[in-house]
Amino acid sequence: MLNGLAVGCIYGLVALGFVLIYKATELVNFAQGDLLMLGAFTCYMFVVWYGVGYWVAFALAVALVALFGAVLDATILRRIIGQPQFSVVMLTIGLGAIFRSFASIAWGSEIYTLPTPFSARATRLAGVAVSHEYVSIIIGTVVLCAVLYAFFTFTRIGLAMQASSQNQLAAYYMGIPVKLMFSLIWAISAGVAAIAGVLLAPVSLIDINLGFIGLKAFAAAVLGGFGSIPGALVGGITIGLIELFSGAYLPQGFKDVAAYVVLLVVLAVRPQGMFGAITRKKV
Amino acid sequence: MSVRFVFKTSYDQDLGIFRDDVQRNWYLALLVGLLVLPLLIPAYVVDVSLVFIYGLCGLSLMVLAGYTGLVSLGHAAFLGIGAYTHVYVVHDLGLPWVVGVALACVVTAAVGVLVGLPALRMTGVYLSIATLAFALIIQEALTRWERVTGGLKGKAVEKPVVFGVHLGGDTAFYFLCLAFLIAGLWLTGNLLRAPTGRAWVAIRDSEIAAQSMGVNLAVYKTSAFAYSAALMGVAGALFAHKIGFLAPDIFTVLLSIQFLLMVVVGGLGSLHGALFGAVFVALLPVAISQARDSIPAWLSAIASPLGKEAGAATFLAVDQFVKKPGLEPGLFGVILVLFILFEPLGIYGRWRKIQLYFSTFPLYKRATFRRQKTYMRSERLR
Repeated sequence: MLNGLAVGCIYGLVALGFVLIYKATELVNFAQGDLLMLGAFTCYMFVVWYGVGYWVAFALAVALVALFGAVLDATILRRIIGQPQFSVVMLTIGLGAIFRSFASIAWGSEIYTLPTPFSARATRLAGVAVSHEYVSIIIGTVVLCAVLYAFFTFTRIGLAMQASSQNQLAAYYMGIPVKLMFSLIWAISAGVAAIAGVLLAPVSLIDINLGFIGLKAFAAAVLGGFGSIPGALVGGITIGLIELFSGAYLPQGFKDVAAYVVLLVVLAVRPQGMFGAITRKKV
Repeated sequence: MSVRFVFKTSYDQDLGIFRDDVQRNWYLALLVGLLVLPLLIPAYVVDVSLVFIYGLCGLSLMVLAGYTGLVSLGHAAFLGIGAYTHVYVVHDLGLPWVVGVALACVVTAAVGVLVGLPALRMTGVYLSIATLAFALIIQEALTRWERVTGGLKGKAVEKPVVFGVHLGGDTAFYFLCLAFLIAGLWLTGNLLRAPTGRAWVAIRDSEIAAQSMGVNLAVYKTSAFAYSAALMGVAGALFAHKIGFLAPDIFTVLLSIQFLLMVVVGGLGSLHGALFGAVFVALLPVAISQARDSIPAWLSAIASPLGKEAGAATFLAVDQFVKKPGLEPGLFGVILVLFILFEPLGIYGRWRKIQLYFSTFPLYKRATFRRQKTYMRSERLR
């Protein structure tokens, strides 16, 4: 149960990254999972290769990946805003392939484990062994969400970001530097992906295909309604639990595809998801 | 625009596939060239037949993504279904080869309809995500349904026997693929000129406008899916013989992305583009493996004036770098990104520009093809 909840939190965090970018720029970032992979690898590099402490490495990895996200937006993605969505999809898929290739050249295609302060420790709680790794994921998600919520509601920059994602033109008129806001949103989204990556690293192992978790996070984002931040988290946790239960009660093989089946069913039955709103286009 | 103006004197000229005799003769010359190609480069016949198979895949995705505007990220699944159906029918059921191809075509078309029906409710990126999910489910199904697919152990494929004729040789297979490609091109080209194709293009350009002009969205979107899937099924049957061994991990998302790369690099919205893209994607690995062997030597030759050790060190370093396994997908990614940023019309678009440059020689205006910079166009539909 806790296991599913924790994995669900990771899906939720990645989905949160999708949603942030989608709400702001209407780009769907297929490279989100690969940003997660980069975050996990960067943290691993600092901890194991350079012997930096876990928390410092965590911060460094998140900062680096966030910076990378902002640079990515400023140099590449800004050029195709306003182009058809197809080219955006292709562009981010291409970027994801580049990231994976970069990771396999820079860090090798072996499988690594990240040593953390929580590794292989457990607390007995009401007779059940609770692994610290899973607890760390859940606590991390809750804290991150609280911080993001506060940031978007109470700070000037956060409000400006909301404004520019709601109406770009009006935000320009109000003197908001929209381009900068978009870069910042990319930075936040990449940072969230990196945090998810570092939190996930002790549970799953680090390899270059870690990014494929992004595909399951799509299911989470769609289930929650693409474009709804609480929806992304709820969707992520739901997918995590569904996976857990289908692994336990359904024949072998269903666990891996459960998320995609849910995704297809949701898209076919209720495309707007649990929290979203899609209306018919007006001419 | 063009200096050469086609003066039409009868309706037959409108009905003909080719614009004028000059164009027809060029295509005839190309056909003759392809027919004698196995004599000229016998070593590469296998690679060129892969180009033809990829050409069929490119056609299939071009109809769906380039002409109907439905971007599928799961076309490798259709290829897989086609390949497995064909092999199951021919090997396990022992039916003739042609029946295998026909059934592969029918089964994939049926699956295409099944995918196309829920796709009616989705637009844009949701559809891409849904097809991606579909492809992942199919891949898992191919792994698990061992009685038919052989599971992870895979399935060996024998050489094709068409109407009792053994087509074991590479050259025979080359001509088989060529025949299927030409048939596919002819069919698709004609379909796109017919009302069906016009309706697809109308849907791509504006669903609402198409609907108000009386295009039945449900029928035409599903038929686009079915036609595209059927082409993919035929390509899958040929592909099975090409690779000679079927395993579920061939038909991955990466293969689907390669197909998309094909239509983007070739140029969306043109049949030429599908073929240019197929040539590009099928021959790129060949070119890469050639470059792998030669690039370290070149670079060490450049570095050798600095001393013998520098040359040898460069050779080793570069050799190690280019032999890294992850390099190739990354290169595909770089090419994809560069094309989308700098040449969204693809190779065919570049070809058109070069053609226009020469036909309007001193008067070519770069602005003819300038990309329109648009303000962010919301697809969030409020």
